[in-house]
Amino acid sequence: MIIYGVAILAFSYLTGQLCGEYLGEFLGVKANVGGVGFAMIILLLCKEWLQKKGWLDVEFEKGVDFWNKMYIPVIIAMSASQNVKVAVSSGFLAVLVGVVPVVAGFFTLPYLIKLSQK
Amino acid sequence: MEIFENFIDKNGLIVGFLVIGVLAFLSEVFSKKVLKGYLPGSAIAILAGLILAYFGGIMTNGEKGLSDLPFLKGVGTFGGSMFRDFTIVATAMGASYLTMKKAGWLGLVSLLFGIVFFFVFGVALAWIWGIRDAASLCTIGAGSCTYIVGPVTGAALGASSDVIALSIAIGVLKAILVTILTPLLAKRVGLNNPAAAMAFGGLMGTNSGVSAGLAATDPALVPYGAVTATFYTGLGCLLCPSLFYLVLGWVL
Repeated sequence: MIIYGVAILAFSYLTGQLCGEYLGEFLGVKANVGGVGFAMIILLLCKEWLQKKGWLDVEFEKGVDFWNKMYIPVIIAMSASQNVKVAVSSGFLAVLVGVVPVVAGFFTLPYLIKLSQK
Repeated sequence: MEIFENFIDKNGLIVGFLVIGVLAFLSEVFSKKVLKGYLPGSAIAILAGLILAYFGGIMTNGEKGLSDLPFLKGVGTFGGSMFRDFTIVATAMGASYLTMKKAGWLGLVSLLFGIVFFFVFGVALAWIWGIRDAASLCTIGAGSCTYIVGPVTGAALGASSDVIALSIAIGVLKAILVTILTPLLAKRVGLNNPAAAMAFGGLMGTNSGVSAGLAATDPALVPYGAVTATFYTGLGCLLCPSLFYLVLGWVL
């Protein structure tokens, strides 16, 4: 059933995010630390476990796959609800600090990747 | 009219589905017919979303772009952090655990490098601008990490509210810029494989920018970028107001 896939996804999401919340609390930070990352790893482990048991069927995967494909629409909706006005109209210092490091960051990436291949 | 308003209000999220669907369709047509596929439809749609968000902000004076318009509230729910994170986790289904593990240390290195890189860059630019007090410098540096690290750091250090607002603006600008530049620069900087995406997620860190940018570049890379970027804001909130602030005070 499709709901099983959605439920496993929900289980991974909630468990992972909760871990992130507690890790944040533990570190004394007012933010979620790595919740999405933990959730992804939990989902991958669940998937492997189900595969081994032979319980992974097409319907099940459809339940997760729907949300996987909804990702881009969600991102479009997210872009449409960003505070673009404040970003555009907040003075030269904001533009300077917002733009220069990002552009520099892009051109640092190839060196970072090269470093990893050594 | 009142019946209609109530109806839209009750069904906000469903209205959001419809609006985004129409926007995605129009962008796809624009991409194929006008740009002849030079930029993918999803990239156009994300860009169109940002432009609409700008006009939404001007019309309402609010902070949530298009979704501040009462009848488009659902767009904000649809694009909120809950759905964003839920769908990002779902993308992991197509990712390989082994690949993630293999590139794990590269992700970690770029994560730490990324936070230091943006913080130092932000502080240096603010210093050149003439700002001298440590709390403001630190808040601006934190803002160039993400728009969450900035205000969290500013609040912790007791920075003034205009500096905190500035740090949010810097972070939002970074997210938008990463969104726009990623699909344009991906080829030139070698962002075409899972390991590179993990390094990219750690280096840039801004969750919304990385996820939107990779989505417009190659959706298959999204889970790899997201798995490292998700640690960035938390680590930034941990390091900026503590260790970095101490080091900054010592340097000044």
